[in-house]
Amino acid sequence: MSFEWPWQYNFPPFFTLQPNVDTRQKQLAAWCSLALSYCRHHKLYTLDVMEAQESPMFNNKKIERKLSMEAIQVVFEELRKKGNLEWLDKNKSRCLVMWRRPEEWGKLIYQWVSKNGMVNSVFTLYELSNGDDTEGEEFHGLEEWMLLRSLQALQTDGKAEVITMDDGKGVKFF
Amino acid sequence: MDRFSWSNGLLEINETLVIQQRGVRLYDGDDKAKLDVGATLLSTHRLIWRDAKNHECCIAMPLSQIIFFEEQAAGIGKSAKIVVHLHPAPPNKEPGPYQHSKYSYIKLSFKEHGQIEFYRRLTEEMTQKRWESTPVSQPIPTGPQAGKTRAVGIVGIERKIEEKRKETDKNISEAFEDLSKLMVKAKEMVEVSKSIANKIKDKQGDITEDETIRFKSYLLSMGIANPVTRETHGSGTHYHMQLAKQLGDMLQAPLEERGGMMALTEVYCLVNRARGMELLSPEDLLNACKMFESLKLPLRLRVFDSGVMVVQLQSHSEEEMIASALDNVSEKGSLTAEEFAKLLGLSVLLSKERLLLAEKMGHLCRDDSVEGLRFYPNLF
Repeated sequence: MSFEWPWQYNFPPFFTLQPNVDTRQKQLAAWCSLALSYCRHHKLYTLDVMEAQESPMFNNKKIERKLSMEAIQVVFEELRKKGNLEWLDKNKSRCLVMWRRPEEWGKLIYQWVSKNGMVNSVFTLYELSNGDDTEGEEFHGLEEWMLLRSLQALQTDGKAEVITMDDGKGVKFF
Repeated sequence: MDRFSWSNGLLEINETLVIQQRGVRLYDGDDKAKLDVGATLLSTHRLIWRDAKNHECCIAMPLSQIIFFEEQAAGIGKSAKIVVHLHPAPPNKEPGPYQHSKYSYIKLSFKEHGQIEFYRRLTEEMTQKRWESTPVSQPIPTGPQAGKTRAVGIVGIERKIEEKRKETDKNISEAFEDLSKLMVKAKEMVEVSKSIANKIKDKQGDITEDETIRFKSYLLSMGIANPVTRETHGSGTHYHMQLAKQLGDMLQAPLEERGGMMALTEVYCLVNRARGMELLSPEDLLNACKMFESLKLPLRLRVFDSGVMVVQLQSHSEEEMIASALDNVSEKGSLTAEEFAKLLGLSVLLSKERLLLAEKMGHLCRDDSVEGLRFYPNLF
């Protein structure tokens, strides 16, 4: 299924940071949602800012418009405030994109675990993200750092505990 | 002309300058003296003449040499003159431009007028004979000065240059002497005005309401900032009020032609072109425009966020303008400021202001790219 672009993507003013405050808010909201859906669709968990500027996500070659670096930073800052983005370095050149927040992932995973009656079992992380059983689940293929965070979120809730084993990490669900 | 001696032209202590007049040519008797046009100076003690171009060429004669003098009226092609009859030169007279002369009178020819005043002053001095009561030191031997025209060698040239520089310096400071006196007086005047202005502010002193207003307007026309006037209506002079009324009449038609709004610069050009003479200064125009509202004229001065100032008809409705702007943009899909200006027959500056205002209201949004700035209807 190919990615469906929102109508704003073909509207040239979308690529200019609007000075009018109200207009800008709506514009940024649209950009955030576009960025997240794009990452979700392509299962992107990390972004390099330089690459992103050239990727179709921020660069619409058809109408010959792209977001300026300044505008991209503004969009990313919005995402960060909403909890969907985390910078990996001080220079803000690479970031983690959480088109689903760790808590949301945690909830999904726990739902699957309890649905299949596997509460009180122990899993390795690999099993969860790449095991045969989890194929077809949304969290299948989840990158380890994200998985870990999700489980840590569950841990905070008291629904799981992350344990360290000989060859890696694992988790026990309650 | 043999009564004159070379002089450095400097006044002695106790010698005062009475009057000086430019554009004077000397005559030895009836013949033109072999000197150019210069300035003649009358002091309490001497009659001095200096060449206008060559300041080093300066001659003087004690007033005691004068027997009497008379006016000679101007004729066709001839300037007015004063004929001065002289005693014979004393034997110890310092050397001058003429060794001897067959005439015992000279003439001062006033090519730039001034003879009446000069005659009057000369009469005064000759009556008072102040030189007799206030002795001056022996005139500085004019040897070196006369000698300076004969100086030779590098040293002579250097000395000449130095003399010239000193002379120029002296001339300049003399010329500006009056100016610095004027400035001192002006400063005093400003102080007085300020103190009166403060008194008015504090409502002290016996000044009536009427006089207060008049005084304030005088101060304003002199350009002195008066805190009291600033607070009330920006400026209250009669002149600006009249001007505002005149503008009110003059600008109705042009404003309507241009869709109800004109930039202040356009107004300035239009008004001054129409006036021809007695042009307005930008400041006067601005002050007059500021009074539109208080005088209840149908015009308004309006300042945009960007600082652009326009005069617009009071009947001009901004909402209508913006609504029509939105229609225009929607119809064409998108517009630049230039395209919009062309469409409406407005100046580019004003059309941009209108688009920006529509954007501020949220009706339009912008597309800023290498192609330029375009405005779209705000579909967000």
